[in-house]
Amino acid sequence: MPEAAVKMIRKPRPKYLNLQALIFEIRLPLPGWISILHRISGALLFVAPVWLLWMLDASLASEAAFNKIKHYAGLWPVKLSLLVLVWAYCHHFCAGIRYLFLDLDKGVDLETARLTSWIVLGASLALTLFLGWNIW
Amino acid sequence: MTDKIVTGARYGLRDWLAQRITAVIMAVYSVIAVFVLLTSKPITYGVWRDLFAQGWMRVATLLLMVSLAWHAWVGVRDILMDYIKPAGLRLALEVLVLLTIAAYVGWTIQILWR
Repeated sequence: MPEAAVKMIRKPRPKYLNLQALIFEIRLPLPGWISILHRISGALLFVAPVWLLWMLDASLASEAAFNKIKHYAGLWPVKLSLLVLVWAYCHHFCAGIRYLFLDLDKGVDLETARLTSWIVLGASLALTLFLGWNIW
Repeated sequence: MTDKIVTGARYGLRDWLAQRITAVIMAVYSVIAVFVLLTSKPITYGVWRDLFAQGWMRVATLLLMVSLAWHAWVGVRDILMDYIKPAGLRLALEVLVLLTIAAYVGWTIQILWR
């Protein structure tokens, strides 16, 4: 094939790999949001044990240490951070169940995939509210 | 031609499957744990200590941590493979992730059986 023809076929494709494009230009469809939130929450849950194990360690050390941790967990910045982790867990949990079904070829058509995305988003927020309300 | 790189995936089904099996194990633990915690309110030090003094709870929690370790390793490695292209840096970060995960498991054992 002549080079000119190759060039005509292989048009330079737009590459949206810069931050500006990612934030302002790409309109991520809802299942895409579920996906990236699954990844972000997963990354968060990977680092969370540093903090959570520290609290578990202290809470089981003695009664005094347990009460100290209980007080610490009651401070509002700590509460807020814990609530973020609860959301991350709930989202990762719900989206994960959705992916297990997708792996089994269930719900892969667009309409169902969008519907289950809404369900994941709603269910994880509802679970977060329920657990948050129960803990505090 | 396949381009196998040392910091790439292991080109098999095993990790993919392991991630899903460990996910189910953690999901089951979570549901049971939430149920236990919500039904044993208010949680005092005594309730908390007795819960973790039971053999099944210790084994289940260790199982959770080992599942988390395997699951997170596959997941975090996927993230590194997507965003970190230089092989040396990626390998260094993978080692860091593995050390972190190993420390989590060790710490968990120390907390549960002290």
